[in-house]
Amino acid sequence: MLGAGGGTSSYEEIESTDLIVLWGSNARNAHPIFFHHLMKGVRNGAKMFAVDPRRTESARWADVWLGIDVGSDIALANTIAREIIAAGLTNDEFIRHSTSGFDEFAASVEEWTLERGEEVTGVPAEAIRQLAHDYATAETAQLCWTLGITEHHNATDNVLSLINLALLTGHVGRYGSGLVPIRGQNNVQGGGDMGALPNKLPGFQDVTNDEHRGKFEAQWGVDVPAEPGWHVTQMFDAMERGDIRAMYIIGENPAQSEADSRRTIDLLEGLDFLVVQDIFLTKTAALADVVLPAAAGWAESDGTATSSERRVQVMRKALDPPGEAKDDLDILSLLAAEMGHGWGMPTAEEVWDELRSLSPMHGGMSYRRLEELGGLQWPCPDEDHPGTLFLHGWLWEDPLPREPAPFSSVEWAPPIDPLSDEYPMRLTTGRRLDGYNTGVQSGGYRSPIATGGVIDLDPVDAADLGVSDGDVVRVTSRRGHIDVVARHRDGLRPGLAFMAIHWPDDADVNTLTLDAWDPKSGTAEFKATAVRIEPVQR
Amino acid sequence: MLGIPDSRWHGGERTAGGDRVAYGGFHRAAARRHLLLPALHALQDAIGWVSHGALNYVSERLDLGPAEAYGVATFYDLIATEHAPPVVAHVCDDIACLAKGASRIVDELEAALGPAGEHGDAAPWKRSPCLGQCEKGSAAFIQCAGASARSIAPVTAEQVIDIVTSGSADDAVAPTTSAQDRSDLRLLAILDDEGDMGLYRSKGGYEGLARALEIGPAASVAEVEASGIRGRGGAAFPAGIKWRAVTEHEGVKYVVCNADESEPGTFKDRVLLEGDPFAVIEGLTIAGVTTGAQQGYLYLRGEYPVAFRRLSEALESAREAGLLGPDIAGSGRTFDIEIRRGAGAYICGEETALFNSIEGFRGEPRQKPPFPTDAGLFGRPTLVNNVETLANIPAILRDGGAAYAEIGTAQSTGPKLFCVSGNVASPGVYEVEFGATIRELIELAGGVDGALRAVLIGGAAGSFVDASQLDMPLTFEDTRAAQLGLGSGVIIAFNESIDMHTIVARIADFFGEESCGLCVPCRVGTVRQHESLVRISEGGDRAAELEILDELDHVLRDASVCGLGQAASSAVQSAIRLGLI
Amino acid sequence: MIEQRISPPKTRIDVTVDGSTVSVPEGSTLLDACNAAGADVPTLCYLETLTPINSCRACVVEVEGSRTLVPACSRVAEPGMDVQSDSDRVQRARKSVYELLASAVDLSLAEPETVRQMERYDVDPERFGEGWHRTDEVKIQDDLYIRDYDKCIMCFRCVAACGPDAQNTFAIDTAGRGLNSTIATEFDVSLPESACVYCGNCVAVCPTGALMFKTEYDLRTSDDWRPDDQHVATTVCSFCGVGCNLELHVQDNRIVKVTSPMDHSVTEGHLCIKGRFGWGYVQPEPD
Ligand SMILES: Cc1cc2nc3c(=O)[nH]c(=O)nc-3n(C[C@H](O)[C@H](O)[C@H](O)COP(=O)(O)O)c2cc1C
Ligand code: SF4
Ligand code: SF4
Ligand code: SF4
Ligand code: FES
Ligand code: FES
Repeated sequence: MLGAGGGTSSYEEIESTDLIVLWGSNARNAHPIFFHHLMKGVRNGAKMFAVDPRRTESARWADVWLGIDVGSDIALANTIAREIIAAGLTNDEFIRHSTSGFDEFAASVEEWTLERGEEVTGVPAEAIRQLAHDYATAETAQLCWTLGITEHHNATDNVLSLINLALLTGHVGRYGSGLVPIRGQNNVQGGGDMGALPNKLPGFQDVTNDEHRGKFEAQWGVDVPAEPGWHVTQMFDAMERGDIRAMYIIGENPAQSEADSRRTIDLLEGLDFLVVQDIFLTKTAALADVVLPAAAGWAESDGTATSSERRVQVMRKALDPPGEAKDDLDILSLLAAEMGHGWGMPTAEEVWDELRSLSPMHGGMSYRRLEELGGLQWPCPDEDHPGTLFLHGWLWEDPLPREPAPFSSVEWAPPIDPLSDEYPMRLTTGRRLDGYNTGVQSGGYRSPIATGGVIDLDPVDAADLGVSDGDVVRVTSRRGHIDVVARHRDGLRPGLAFMAIHWPDDADVNTLTLDAWDPKSGTAEFKATAVRIEPVQR
Repeated sequence: MLGIPDSRWHGGERTAGGDRVAYGGFHRAAARRHLLLPALHALQDAIGWVSHGALNYVSERLDLGPAEAYGVATFYDLIATEHAPPVVAHVCDDIACLAKGASRIVDELEAALGPAGEHGDAAPWKRSPCLGQCEKGSAAFIQCAGASARSIAPVTAEQVIDIVTSGSADDAVAPTTSAQDRSDLRLLAILDDEGDMGLYRSKGGYEGLARALEIGPAASVAEVEASGIRGRGGAAFPAGIKWRAVTEHEGVKYVVCNADESEPGTFKDRVLLEGDPFAVIEGLTIAGVTTGAQQGYLYLRGEYPVAFRRLSEALESAREAGLLGPDIAGSGRTFDIEIRRGAGAYICGEETALFNSIEGFRGEPRQKPPFPTDAGLFGRPTLVNNVETLANIPAILRDGGAAYAEIGTAQSTGPKLFCVSGNVASPGVYEVEFGATIRELIELAGGVDGALRAVLIGGAAGSFVDASQLDMPLTFEDTRAAQLGLGSGVIIAFNESIDMHTIVARIADFFGEESCGLCVPCRVGTVRQHESLVRISEGGDRAAELEILDELDHVLRDASVCGLGQAASSAVQSAIRLGLI
Repeated sequence: MIEQRISPPKTRIDVTVDGSTVSVPEGSTLLDACNAAGADVPTLCYLETLTPINSCRACVVEVEGSRTLVPACSRVAEPGMDVQSDSDRVQRARKSVYELLASAVDLSLAEPETVRQMERYDVDPERFGEGWHRTDEVKIQDDLYIRDYDKCIMCFRCVAACGPDAQNTFAIDTAGRGLNSTIATEFDVSLPESACVYCGNCVAVCPTGALMFKTEYDLRTSDDWRPDDQHVATTVCSFCGVGCNLELHVQDNRIVKVTSPMDHSVTEGHLCIKGRFGWGYVQPEPD
């Protein structure tokens, strides 16, 4: 699938592109340095569209902001696709040469007229039309997204629906045109690259592929299971069924980060044995039978991380870890020794060199080159290779060297936590500029702009509820309730409220959210919760 | 000023659709930024200052950071960012007025009203650099919250005290008089049309435009080239070269009339704008239709309220007469002119600073190249000419460039206005053909009052000459040969009663006050120059100070970004050479 | 791949610097040309990652045919230009520029390069006599960075970094005019009340120590800032997936400030609040 695995483009491309669509992403806050590149593009003349339920700090820079209903992304994408087709703005040559399944796809979006799109997304038809036409007719265009797209129960479909747009218009595989998912954490990309996915080995090699697996088995001298494993949400289901009785968690805080945290904690507590390896005594670690104190990867040990433009970069140890804390790699090696496997104590670079011998796309990335060149973008098969600026250039080759890229017909489904008289408001979540995930790390410095855990309300809603700026409100969802300080905020609209995820101790928003997850990617539904808000008498 | 906000996102009412879509962003903000200075003016005019809340509102409406808007507001002397009294008087204490006793007025005001204010504070009166009313002998510019600004010249201390205590003022400008017989003058022939289009047309007005439209751009540019006219704004650059360069560019372009006249001792542009606005408008219109610009700007000194009113009326009559707008004189050509008011900053007369000022940025000059003819206002090719330069254009087109070139000398063609002030019997604007000497001009103005000590030619950025140089012809070539500059046509005579230390120090102070602050040589050097002159007049080590001044002269001339810093030591050095200080 | 980036090879032009001819790509500045020729041209306001602001005039050179000296940092080289990078006239102007600055502001913490150039031109801050000197209180308004405008040379780098060249936040701008101008928030409100988002990009570009990490300021105040005991480790920010390089400056096993390499394509030296200041969690507060 295009766009899976890694962003197709480099940051520098957005600086000279003609059109930028920022979809479900408040990059100005969540990915500020990516936004620097984006702003260079805007200043160089690129037109910018923002698609987001809120008029965020990022959306304010857009020529046009489309304020969609939470969870209507697919409806919007399908409407745009329908309009591009209906207006005859498709790149027919590209579709014929480089894609498959167009007719079927065209039929699947036929119902998505501008009127239908407006009805479902809430965005005026004219604005949708404008986005469709400008995207289709731009010389080059970058379509960028982040968690607003992927933290939904239908995350994979969301992404597929965006890829369809690139395939319709040929906005992929050329300098300046591409699909750009910006990752939430510094090494999500790297984790995927390294095979931290249920169905992959390092370098996106398939566990089900005998040849791929064989290489690893030969190197490691063990059998690698040929069956895909479970992703996080499936693991919790397995715990619920009793299929998982013990767990070893490294550097995750599911007790606070998972949607529906009450259920998560219950399940973790119900395990026979829980090991947590972390740099903090997190809420999850507090539930563990054994806690292994780890060094902070980015400052207290050597290693690599891969960025959203597929750039692999070396991280060097700056500090000695505190107390008994150890490098993750050392902990694993020591454990392996205990378990009777003599790995010795390999350095990060030695492990990396083994990886390079097994994962072709990393082959040319020696530590020396990575440090000299400020990182390299995969694929980089050998030491003479300069790294790869953008992916999928093959789509433009003649003859096409691979199977054409398939369109995917994607059905829109409304958010699975429906609004009702009892839960009439839509609560969506996201990041603030100075916060990070569950706030364990970002709580460690004194940010002058920290808001603490608050809920942002539209002034109209606040007035209806009789809530002044600074009042405490009770927010109730179908799963639980929390009390939290309310703040009047521009950028919302009546019926839409927003909370950041960084202050679970003030206000644990995941008490409210839903554990429905995307069956394809395993991401849970964080973005669309139905709630009721009431003032609390103090 | 900013119009009704078009959405809730820019300070307007909420609508259901507006919750779902917003048009805005960088490009729109960039396209609207030029409204910043007019918006600040509007606040200043209405309320007398720009409060924090007001600044925030303007910033929101224009999608600007409040710090940016604040940076622009605090750049200008006429925009107050602190609670100011409803009426504030800016009283000239600059060199021409000093020669006529301005220090007395200043002393009396200090005694009655307390010390003069500094930028941004709440004092009811401030010292002002030259207000362009030098021939009147004294001058004040009055800002009135809720009413339009006023000029008063000549002015007395009693008048100022009365105005700031009573809180109201009317214009009280003595009429522009001239001791010259105007019957066969060219530029000053009509000084009283005051916006009377019929009078202007009865004397050949708009025939130049008609001819320009008839012969087309290429031939019109050729006429300007043939006329040999050089710019009258101070830099003396051949106008034809600029006209050709802009005309040859493709795409959107602009023409700008530089009416920021702030060079101390200069008031000729004001006299033209107040007395004969159509000549300037016609000149700019010819520039527009010739170069292919559809929009012209007239950047008018903020302290010229009378000119503002007359020009506004004249523009309106020109539009009514079809001489501006979508179809100029039936030619199918579109051209219109907008007045932009300056806000009290000498530097904004420098052409690139002027662009920044119009565009809504701080009025700091830009690095040249690129030159305005390639990348000027809004980054587009731009023709900038001085008021007087443009006032010559109608005649050049009407009578032909060759006929114009007959006037004056071979290298300095045409008629020229001189602003004669200081210790002369009849200060005023005098028109001569290039070639007249300093002595002749002083005589036109009735001769020196008392014994002549020195003459400043060219303005604060110019040089002093003494009695031995009075027979120098005032042409570009002769003044250049004498290593002086004609500048903007200033002649200020000082007699023996004047303390030249005070005059020279005031010039140095002027540059310190007016430096935009962008570049180090000028920002710090101009102030160091003033300090050194003060030390000299207080009896400091003269030899050491002269060394300092010499060193400053070098770095100012050689390393300043723009003409302000490059000329800031010129008058001082000439005063030293002549032994005036 | 059929369509890689299309950038036609740039034509090169020849420029003479101090008598020898150098060839530089079209569009290069005179500074590029001087550097290519090995000439030692000082700069103060110029920074590779920012649009030349052209304010300090330390970089002026002499160009044949030009009435005034021209700033090397921002003047685009034209074929055949004849440049003197260190003529008497140039030396005289540079010396004065540094002396004027040194006479008005506190350069005690200026970059080593500035100190070197000041020695090179035998700078005497006293030469222009006693006079106006900047006197500002140190602004300490939060725990992240301080502003000491006594040391500010008005190079405007911070304004460019906060504004159009990188951060686009516009929390600070030049206010006032002439020698009294300063870098300020609107109405001089405190930073936490301003639009500042604490990216610290202004701090990173400030050449004089006018803007400084609070950690550095505190250590300096207690006389415990020991550059010789510091080491720098380059790593990748942990807070999001953009992949910004961080240079952790470490003294006594504690991070004392964070920078990012200017020549790295991802950050160009810029960071956000998390990368710049969010390291606290790897080190507990000192007592
Ligand atoms: C500090 C400074 C102030 C200036 N002020 C004015 C002014 O008030 N009016 C003007 O016409 N030109 C002024 N100039 C000159 C302009 O930059 C420009 O040369 C002129 O407007 C061009 O018009 P001209 O060619 O018709 O003279 C000034 C230049 C400098 C350096
Ligand atoms: S010379 Fe003076 S006015 Fe001109 S740019 Fe420099 S500081 Fe500003
Ligand atoms: S920290 Fe960032 S936002 Fe704040 S003033 Fe500095 S550059 Fe601007
Ligand atoms: S604070 Fe620093 S970066 Fe900003 S203008 Fe002053 S010296 Fe330059
Ligand atoms: S008006 Fe006073 S000096 Fe010109
Ligand atoms: S470095 Fe060139 S002007 Fe400052």
